Amino acid sequence: MSVLTYGYAVWSPIVWLVVLLVTGVIALYVRSRGQKRYKKGTAQTDVFISGIQVPSAEQRHVPAHNIYWGFFEALKGFYSAMMRPHTGIINDYILWLVAVMVVTVLVLVMVI
Amino acid sequence: MEFLTLHSPILIVAVPLLAAFITPLISRIGNRFRDTVNVSLLSFVTFLIAILAVDIYANGTRVYTFGATVPEMAIPENYMVPVRIMFQVDGISIFMGLTTTVVTLAALIYSLNFLKGQTGQDRFYSLLMLLYVGMIGLEFTGDMFNLFVFLEILSIAGAGLASYRTNLADAVEGGFKYIVISAVSALLVLFAIGILYGQYNLLSIAALANTMQFNMLDMIALAMLAIAFFMKLAGVPLHMWAPDTYAVAPAGITPMIYTSSAASMYALYRVTFTLYGGQFDTMAIGWIVIILGVLSMFIGVMMAIHQTDIKRLMAYHAISQSGYMLLGVGVGLAVLTDPAAMANYGRDAMNGGIFHIINNALYKGMLFLTAEAIFFRIGTRDLNRMGGLGHNMKWTTIFFIIGALAISGIPPFNGFASKLLIYESVFRFNPLLSVIAMFVSLVTLASFTKVFYSAFTGPEMPAYKEVREVPRSMLIGMGIMAACIIFFSIFPGLVVDTIVAPATEALIDQAGYINGVMGAVP
Repeated sequence: MSVLTYGYAVWSPIVWLVVLLVTGVIALYVRSRGQKRYKKGTAQTDVFISGIQVPSAEQRHVPAHNIYWGFFEALKGFYSAMMRPHTGIINDYILWLVAVMVVTVLVLVMVI
Repeated sequence: MEFLTLHSPILIVAVPLLAAFITPLISRIGNRFRDTVNVSLLSFVTFLIAILAVDIYANGTRVYTFGATVPEMAIPENYMVPVRIMFQVDGISIFMGLTTTVVTLAALIYSLNFLKGQTGQDRFYSLLMLLYVGMIGLEFTGDMFNLFVFLEILSIAGAGLASYRTNLADAVEGGFKYIVISAVSALLVLFAIGILYGQYNLLSIAALANTMQFNMLDMIALAMLAIAFFMKLAGVPLHMWAPDTYAVAPAGITPMIYTSSAASMYALYRVTFTLYGGQFDTMAIGWIVIILGVLSMFIGVMMAIHQTDIKRLMAYHAISQSGYMLLGVGVGLAVLTDPAAMANYGRDAMNGGIFHIINNALYKGMLFLTAEAIFFRIGTRDLNRMGGLGHNMKWTTIFFIIGALAISGIPPFNGFASKLLIYESVFRFNPLLSVIAMFVSLVTLASFTKVFYSAFTGPEMPAYKEVREVPRSMLIGMGIMAACIIFFSIFPGLVVDTIVAPATEALIDQAGYINGVMGAVP
């Protein structure tokens, strides 16, 4: 019931889950061997950034538009081209439909 | 029970239609009474769908003719062709029916608390039931004109629901865009139906498939139908309306509008596989579907990762995931007339594409619900203004993690199972397509990692210190989908063998569909 067969191969999520469980147990055991003598809620568990004053929560959290900045910077040309058709104007969407209709009829007539 | 089984196809449409019309009346008794009646009726419909599914998987395609002395009598006495309105429910129809019903039930329960205190709730629930009627009717219908009628019902109900929050300008704009797109699509469909009716004097899909000559007019009708349904399913390059509409629709409605796009995909498959069958060059048309699928996957995910509005991001991912379905079924279409290739990888590709439909409806639906849960509590969809919500919204975080891992195709989730079928089979057709699909999954994971980091992790924000978890009915709605995801993840073999493979067979077996109405084809 749980095994998915396709072509000549199989996928069994139960085997995967068992492997995950074993890995989890090993990880928990290793964690349990760690340092126990710390007190939660004291300076021992506070954020430490080389002794300088810790910024506020809002300043520490990286905002979404900064995530993957390098990726978007490298693909600036691609994204400026991608953003151009996404105008938000319904008339433009219908123009795209007309263009696709013309191309589709041509392709159908030529290919078929 | 026999009565219910015999008349389940019509009851599944009639009961929510009745609910839609009586909702404004029973709202006068009280909101709680209305909610109880609606949930009860939809639960009853879920039961009917289940018994119809059991019947179809045991006995094959069901034909239900309206107004006939015996519902199975498709062709009246002294007639050579079917003339009455009919439902023809085969493996793929009931598969879509199951998908639609699960999503609608979860959406309805989710909406109970989400809409508390809002005005116009009776209209909301009426339209929700009508949207469900439209989707189910489209999936069950056996004739082209009712396909158009149900397409219009779901479009109008969907537009009304998308613009429910009339106090928000972008909601009204999103609903307007949806109705324009839907109206244009419906007109194209109607024109195509007119072309077919004008030639053959027939509206029944089976009868038309039996008589199809595939001349120039039929080619034009095919083009119109394909474009119309392609636009409704928000495939690239006709996808631009989707983020505008999905982002602004209220909580439970976005998964339903997304599932109505999946219903349009079903209509596209019905037209290409059943109505036109193998009449056209399947390799050429298959490659067109494949290329459009790859475009949808790639452009959808690249646009998604750039977004900072959580629902727009998810809407672009919905477009991307539709590409996987088009890719899988496109490969199957391309090798439809090659029995060796079909046996080798074609069926697996179609199984993967169709399995992905229900998987995506579940995890994408759940992700939309988690996004609305966040909006419900903090009043914004802007990821730049979120942070640390995992401290206070633990269940929403868990549901989000399940959905994000599933959509990214991380084992052991159901998304991995359907994507694995697609990767493996498509690789044997063309390795480059499989590589692109895997790259898209990577970017999907990156995108949801961004959302998880932005919204849920990090220090607890002072502005959100008082934020609590969402109300119980919203958690139950998300929980229904999460439970289905986990079940599909652990038992993919059972799901594929029971509901997906019969759907694939139903699409491939055009003769079986025709025989169900016309009798034995000479």
